[in-house]
Amino acid sequence: MTHIKTKLGRRAFIKNSSLAGGGLVLGFSWLNSCKPKVAEALAIEIEMPKEWYEINGYLKIGDNGVVTIMSPNPEIGQNVKTSMPMIVADELEVDWKNVVVEQAPLNTSLYSWQVAGGSRSISSSWENLRMAGATARQMLKEAAAKAWQVPVEEITAVAGILSHEASGNSAGYGEMASAASKIEVPEEVELKKISDFSIIGTSRKNVDGKKIVTGKPLFGLDVQREGMLIASLVHPPAFGMKLKSFDAEAAKQMPGIRDVFSIKLYDDDYKKMAFHFTAFNELVVVVGDSTWQVFQAKKALKIEWENNADITDTMTMFGNDMKVTFPAGMENSESHTAKLKELTGLNAKVARKDGNPEAAFKSAAKIIERSYSCPFLAHNTMEPMNFFAHVTEDHAELLGPTQTPEWMESAVSEVLGLPLEKIDIQMTRQGGGFGRRLYGHFMVEVAAISKRMSAPVKLVYSREDDMTQGIYRPAYYATYRAAFDADNKLTAFHVKAGGIPESPLFANRFPAGAIDNYLAEDFTVDSNITTGAFRAPRSNFIAGAEQSFLDEVAEEMGKDPIDFRLELLKRAEENPVGEKESNDYDAARYAGVLELVREKSNWKQTESGVHRGVSAYFCHQSYVAQVLDIVMENNKPVVQKVTAAIDCGIVVNPDAASNLSEGGVIDGIGHAMYSGLTFKDGMPEQSNFDRYRLIRHKEAPKSIETHFVQSEIDPTGMGEPPFPPIMGALANALYKATGQRHYHQPFITDKPPLIG
Amino acid sequence: MANFNLKINGKTHEIEVDPTTPMLWVLRDHIKLVGTKFGCGIAQCGACTVHLGENAVRSCQLPISAVGEQDITTIEGLSENGDHPVQKAWLEIDVPQCGYCQAGQIMTASAFLKKNPNPSDEEIEGAMNGNICRCGTYTRIKKAVKMAANINQNT
Repeated sequence: MTHIKTKLGRRAFIKNSSLAGGGLVLGFSWLNSCKPKVAEALAIEIEMPKEWYEINGYLKIGDNGVVTIMSPNPEIGQNVKTSMPMIVADELEVDWKNVVVEQAPLNTSLYSWQVAGGSRSISSSWENLRMAGATARQMLKEAAAKAWQVPVEEITAVAGILSHEASGNSAGYGEMASAASKIEVPEEVELKKISDFSIIGTSRKNVDGKKIVTGKPLFGLDVQREGMLIASLVHPPAFGMKLKSFDAEAAKQMPGIRDVFSIKLYDDDYKKMAFHFTAFNELVVVVGDSTWQVFQAKKALKIEWENNADITDTMTMFGNDMKVTFPAGMENSESHTAKLKELTGLNAKVARKDGNPEAAFKSAAKIIERSYSCPFLAHNTMEPMNFFAHVTEDHAELLGPTQTPEWMESAVSEVLGLPLEKIDIQMTRQGGGFGRRLYGHFMVEVAAISKRMSAPVKLVYSREDDMTQGIYRPAYYATYRAAFDADNKLTAFHVKAGGIPESPLFANRFPAGAIDNYLAEDFTVDSNITTGAFRAPRSNFIAGAEQSFLDEVAEEMGKDPIDFRLELLKRAEENPVGEKESNDYDAARYAGVLELVREKSNWKQTESGVHRGVSAYFCHQSYVAQVLDIVMENNKPVVQKVTAAIDCGIVVNPDAASNLSEGGVIDGIGHAMYSGLTFKDGMPEQSNFDRYRLIRHKEAPKSIETHFVQSEIDPTGMGEPPFPPIMGALANALYKATGQRHYHQPFITDKPPLIG
Repeated sequence: MANFNLKINGKTHEIEVDPTTPMLWVLRDHIKLVGTKFGCGIAQCGACTVHLGENAVRSCQLPISAVGEQDITTIEGLSENGDHPVQKAWLEIDVPQCGYCQAGQIMTASAFLKKNPNPSDEEIEGAMNGNICRCGTYTRIKKAVKMAANINQNT
């Protein structure tokens, strides 16, 4: 077996290992406490060993050869709890059926980038995870070599068995685990060749599957503790408002209610990190014995609200200060749209300019111009926001669903006045994330409530609380223009994109680099409606807009939409406009997914009655192309099939990656077609699923097929990339099916004006 | 407050609660059976689905006083060892992403298959339409329901 020397600096890794060797943060106490009750519930039913020997921070090997791998990243449905341990196990060279996977607690000194965001979990840990497995394998080999008095180079490790051919010795990992833990961490280890992977690249089932289908307590809302109280909050009914006063007399008299009070989360001068943010810093809290009692008591509160003045806040984001303005006033969706249109007509900030677009548009024989928009969206994770905390005088234990345990710890520390080392944050499985749980104000809220009550408390948001609390996907607006000369050749391309409160523009993404005269501009509108990252931020709108517009450009030029894109990508590859590095994407990989989807969808042989749209996009370092087929049934468009081609480098867990592709497709069709959050006088007009429409079974595609580009490139993002492009494929297929272009999401309400 | 004797997953539980309390919160907060999920509280998402007798019902809208003598089955009681055909099919197809809605999906599917053991695709979509999956596992759910129907017929 030929090995590759690792490129990773050994200092960082060894620091981790030695910390773990002396550290007791991980594992031991948890493993002891989990016996035998939780062990019985494990999806992989294997007997837990009597003793555990810690090899390094990421894994433990028991005397029976059972390997426990602590998966450090938040699991929000993106499958990292299965796929990240697969990487460790492959390098360790162990049989997957002998692996137990557990969620690791927060330990920022041990685990890097303990965040679920930006589709980075696997790509940022790829080398570390491989190193962890390879290091343990090497230490086991050395232990065996020492025991058998033979050279370590002659030891082989296959599927958890160490062997020495010449002497005939062999031993399971478990037999050598104790000795291996006393071996010095090697200075250098060798990683496996990609072609030798035996677990990576094979489909492995969700390690929590059995627990999920049998209803075991897994999620934050499932947390139960002795003496635990339930808390719920009331926030202002509209953005731009704050708490003035409240009368809790009636609520306090209701059965099971322990207390009603208000809390102020952050002091006015506290410099927040962007993820600490909340629209509503002062809240009314109801605490009681049970969720239903608390929800009922909230209705009995009499609360007065008052209007906010203009607010300017400074927040930090990775060391950079950002000034954010929240203007006073009660906002409306109608005026939002009017404002975005108005600003589109004014000068905007130039983000990129190639050639002379002004001259090209001036001398054009023909110009097409189209505008696209999308509304605010609520994340609507199926599990509403919640968190558990038990705060005592000198310690805080927090447990629940968060995408950013590491970043929220400092806010909890600030509000409690406890140093970081007194705060212990642990994660549960999470009922969806989509970006919403990056913003962990609920952790700060529950910590403050638990401190005040001197009791363990679980904070529970109702669906209405969750949907009206803010941190929405921003509302966006983009206008595209294309210029053609007398020969109907594309001569210039212009995009002007804005949003509330951020622009969705990516100035250096395709088709930048493929068109000589190119102009990208952006603008923003301040708002007191709070927004945040939503699955594939900005891409989740601009991909669909751009890909719909390119469809119209291709049609205008009489070209096949895939051929047209490939021509542009060929230009970007062979003779890019501007410096090649200034273009964010790899044109060859982009073209690769388009070619693959063309082949797999039989693009050239469309069946009669099928109306097809194509789209391709690059984000989070991955490339996705999709073809969406519509058939008309009873005059209504039905999505018959979606074919997806994806280049995300090495695919760690193919079936799970396909599941994410299917989910991205359904999520994208759903949000483009049906969903939207609108405002009247600062109030969200939808607060539950009766008025906020999410896609349902009948509306999902009848089938989805995913194909991956075979690749030896290190893995790139998979959680977000399948989501944005499908909106373009949907719009383009709808046009073929109905003759009607759709520009404004949700498409279900984007109807042509009635005539007559 | 009133006393209720509830038959849940074959066991009797004596509970003292406000008669208006929905079954969902009795299960989750009082009996500590948390497999039944809270999603919307207004019977729109299906995460809280349980069986009342043989019918799939939304436990968030079922006042405890309306249950009477009827048997209640939750995800924890669907099978002894997690081997109900629907659960087996869910594992085989590896349906879940976040997994939060899946207990409700499974309870809806299992009640449906009992009444319609050999459904068409369209019937499956209709039966499952009340259960939202925010991660978008609908195509896998449909496959799993079909597989469960086959398991049922072959056993």
